[in-house]
Amino acid sequence: MSAVHAIDTAQPALVLEHVAVHFGGLIAIADMSFTVYEGEVVSLIGPNGAGKTTAFNVVTGFMRPTQGTVKYRGTALTTLKPHQVAELGLVRTFQRSSVFQTVTVFENVMIGLHRRGESRLWDTLLALPNERRSERRLRERAAEILASVGIEHRAHDLAGSLAYGDQRLLGVAMALAADPSMLLLDEPVSGMNATETGRFMELLARLRRGGMTILLVEHDMPMVMGASDRIVVLNYGRIIAEGPPDDIRGNPEVIRAYLGEGVKKRARGS
Amino acid sequence: MRRYLPFLSLLAAATVPLWIQDPYFLNAFITTGIFIIAAMSLNLLLGYTGQLSLGHVAFFGIGAYTSALVSLGFNVELLGGIRIVHEPWPVWTGIVIGILVAGFFGYVVGKLSFRVRGAYFVIVTISFAEVARLIALNWVELTQGPLALNSIPPVTLGLPGLGYYDLYSKQSYFYLVLAVLAVSYVVISRLVNSRVGRAMVALKENESLAVSVGIDVTRYLVLAAVVSAGIAGAAGGLYAHYLKIIDPDVFLFVYTVTMVIMVITGGKGTLAGPVVGGLIFGFIPVFSRSFLGPELQWIIYGIFMILIVFVLPQGIVPAIERWFASPSPKPAALPAQAHVVETP
Repeated sequence: MSAVHAIDTAQPALVLEHVAVHFGGLIAIADMSFTVYEGEVVSLIGPNGAGKTTAFNVVTGFMRPTQGTVKYRGTALTTLKPHQVAELGLVRTFQRSSVFQTVTVFENVMIGLHRRGESRLWDTLLALPNERRSERRLRERAAEILASVGIEHRAHDLAGSLAYGDQRLLGVAMALAADPSMLLLDEPVSGMNATETGRFMELLARLRRGGMTILLVEHDMPMVMGASDRIVVLNYGRIIAEGPPDDIRGNPEVIRAYLGEGVKKRARGS
Repeated sequence: MRRYLPFLSLLAAATVPLWIQDPYFLNAFITTGIFIIAAMSLNLLLGYTGQLSLGHVAFFGIGAYTSALVSLGFNVELLGGIRIVHEPWPVWTGIVIGILVAGFFGYVVGKLSFRVRGAYFVIVTISFAEVARLIALNWVELTQGPLALNSIPPVTLGLPGLGYYDLYSKQSYFYLVLAVLAVSYVVISRLVNSRVGRAMVALKENESLAVSVGIDVTRYLVLAAVVSAGIAGAAGGLYAHYLKIIDPDVFLFVYTVTMVIMVITGGKGTLAGPVVGGLIFGFIPVFSRSFLGPELQWIIYGIFMILIVFVLPQGIVPAIERWFASPSPKPAALPAQAHVVETP
């Protein structure tokens, strides 16, 4: 089931080869191979417990795979620590607790900008001009990023006081602050209302136009179908289907995985 | 106004020897000042990175012993019959080496905090301080053991060509401690108000999220531990050269507890917290001693501590900050909450 389409001409960005993750006897991921090309938006979908979040954790260095390799732009990730993965430009967001609750929205983005800081320890301790320059640049950049996701009016509120949807946006703003070349979004619109989801889709479209490579884990099917170039479907730790949204929509195995055997029969009978 | 508060406090503190001549109270100011420096260093670890080191007194004691030994000289035989003879060096080199040695042990403990987390880290740090105490107690040839290191020379200030000046008076020690306190405050405040401090707070709040934006946990926890241990070592050096005598009791657990009390009551994770907490709990014993028996003194100490922790669980400084930030309570929040409670 090779997904042949326009993006095949692009360079591969993220490559997973025969990745397996076992927790003792439990097999979270059996054997997973897929590729995300530069500039592509790929969604990873599947029922709960299919191994999506585990796949995210393996790619971003939070978990070591039992077998297999993960490469980003040719660099093997399997031995790297999470912050080293982030330094390669591969930045993720989290399903839960996606922001630092007790500091302000602005401070959150400043933390996200950590990688962009140019001051060294001596600059900081001696308050050298380099320190002030670097901090000023970071503050300007933080303001730009907040404006780009549309929550600049909440900059000086505590992140924990934000509405759920705004917290998710802030989580993405922080990830963007870390200067990614590829974003991994873990259920970014779960719990958002329709308006918030709409705003998020616009942001996603804008990022994509800017050439960002995106890997998305999401349950919201209309959003997945609308936003993705390609979809990878997981069930019980295996890839059961892969292809453009239109192929996936009609794929009998996907329908069976999501809705069960009985529903499919009834659907066919009617 | 808030920006100048630390500077104004420093000016006010500098006038203290002008209106207090009583050596008993001046002594209390000096020892309290030394403990405030130690508490500030603990706050960098506990308040900003969230690591609870209950062996913090080890860095203080290591700084004190190192500085005393460097300036006194020693003559010890190591395993294998190698003899190390050290001639006395000037006091300031002792204090600097004390800071470096304490900082080195801070590095070791900081590295350890990745292998062991949470309760295990607390146990390891307590053990570390206890091992340090046992070494000071039993390596008699080096430390004189329970007989204590005596006649530690006073701090000498001076510039080559302008003559040297031994600090003997309490006034001069007061200003020396105040100067070290001010420098430590500036170092800590520069660190926590920078990219480094943001990284530390991020690690404390949510480590996974912090590393996901590229913050290196090891680097910043070790950095905090080294700076914290170095400052505690400086406090220890001052302590040794002020009292002129130190024994293995400088490693007692109760001193760590005192530092923790100062940090928690004053407000952990705030710059002024350890100073405020340190002043209160440094002076309660001093004032109560003049009119209370020893039993009552410590009861008062305990009552104060429990009261502060109960009434202001975040500490005194955050409570004051909140009071200034919102002079009137927000009325909008209350009816909404009441509504939720009343709904059956």
